[in-house]
Amino acid sequence: MHSFGYRANAVLTFAVTILALMCAIASFSDNFNNPTPVAQVQVLNINWFQKQPHGNDEVSMTLNISADLQSLFTWNTKQVFVFLAAEYETPKNSLNQISLWDGIIPSKELAKFWIHTSNKYRFIDQGSNLRGKEFNLTMHWHIMPKTGKMSADKIVMPGYRLPEEYR
Amino acid sequence: MGLIGESVGSIKSLQIRQVLTQGLSLGMIVTSALIIWKALMCITGSESPVVVVLSGSMEPGFKRGDILFLHMSKDPIRAGEIVVFNVDGREIPIVHRVIKVHERQDTGEVELLTKGDNNFGDDRLLYAHGQLWLQRHHIMGRAVGFLPYAGWVTIIMTEKPIFKYILIGVLGLLVITSKD
Repeated sequence: MHSFGYRANAVLTFAVTILALMCAIASFSDNFNNPTPVAQVQVLNINWFQKQPHGNDEVSMTLNISADLQSLFTWNTKQVFVFLAAEYETPKNSLNQISLWDGIIPSKELAKFWIHTSNKYRFIDQGSNLRGKEFNLTMHWHIMPKTGKMSADKIVMPGYRLPEEYR
Repeated sequence: MGLIGESVGSIKSLQIRQVLTQGLSLGMIVTSALIIWKALMCITGSESPVVVVLSGSMEPGFKRGDILFLHMSKDPIRAGEIVVFNVDGREIPIVHRVIKVHERQDTGEVELLTKGDNNFGDDRLLYAHGQLWLQRHHIMGRAVGFLPYAGWVTIIMTEKPIFKYILIGVLGLLVITSKD
C-alpha cells in the first residue's frame, strides 16, 4: 500500500494537477485586462500599380504604420503577433483579406512602434478589380499566451482608395 | 531486482478471479482514454483535437514539443488565424498562419494562403504541385489554446519507439500487479 511506487505516483499526480490548475488560473487572469490599443496607418505612396500578364491586378505601396499595443501585454503574454491586412469586396469575392505587413512583438517595451515599409507580401487581386477600389486597412493582433487560451482582436481603418489608373 | 522479483511473485500468487478483475481494470483504463478522446472529437468538431508541434516554423510562438488544442467550428476562416492543415500527398499535418483569404460571393468557398511565422516565404512550396490555395477541406482545425512542452513525451515516443515499449510494459506490469 505505502510502497515507493505508490508514493511516487501520488506525488506525480498531485504535481501535475497543481501545474494544470496554475496554467488554467494564469490563462483565466487574462480576462481582467482591458486593453486600449491605438493604431494609425498612412499610405505614403503607390510605388507601382499594374495588371499582370495573366490578368490579376497587383499593387505595391509604401506604408507608414504606427501603433501602441503596450496595453495588450499581461504577465501571461509570451508575444503579440500583429499584422496589417487590406480588406475589400469584389463582384467575385465577398471578402478579400491580404496581409501586407506583419511582425512579432516579443515584449511590452517594443509594443510602441512606428515603421516605414513597403508591403511585405504581394498585394494581388483575384481578377482585375483594383482600379479605384476602396479598401479598409485593418490592424489585427493575436495574443499568444505563455499558456492557455489565445485571443485576437483588430482595429478597422476604413476609407483608403487605390488610384483610378495603372502606373 | 527486488521489484521485479516481487512482481513475478505476485503474478504467481494471483487467483483466477483476481486476474479477471485486473484484466477488467486494465480494459477500463484503455476504454476510458478512448472515451475521453472521442468525446473531445465530438466537442471540438476536429478529427484530432490535440496536436503536437513538430517543427520550428512558428517560433517563437510555438516551439517543437508544444501542444495545441484545436477547434473546428462553422465560423469562416479569417486572416491571422493559426490553422492546422493537410496537404495532399503529405502525411503530417502542418500548423501555420493564414495570411490571405479570398471568399467567394456566390458559394461562400474560401481560398487561403498560409505562412509559418518563422519562415521567410509563404507556403506555396509546401503545397501539392501546382496548388496555389488551400480550401476548406484541407483544414483540420484552428488552434485555440496552447500548452508548452507537454508534447515532448509524444515526440520522444515516436522517434525512439523503444521508450514506448518500455513505458507500455512498465505501465501494464504495474496495473496487473497492483494489489488495491
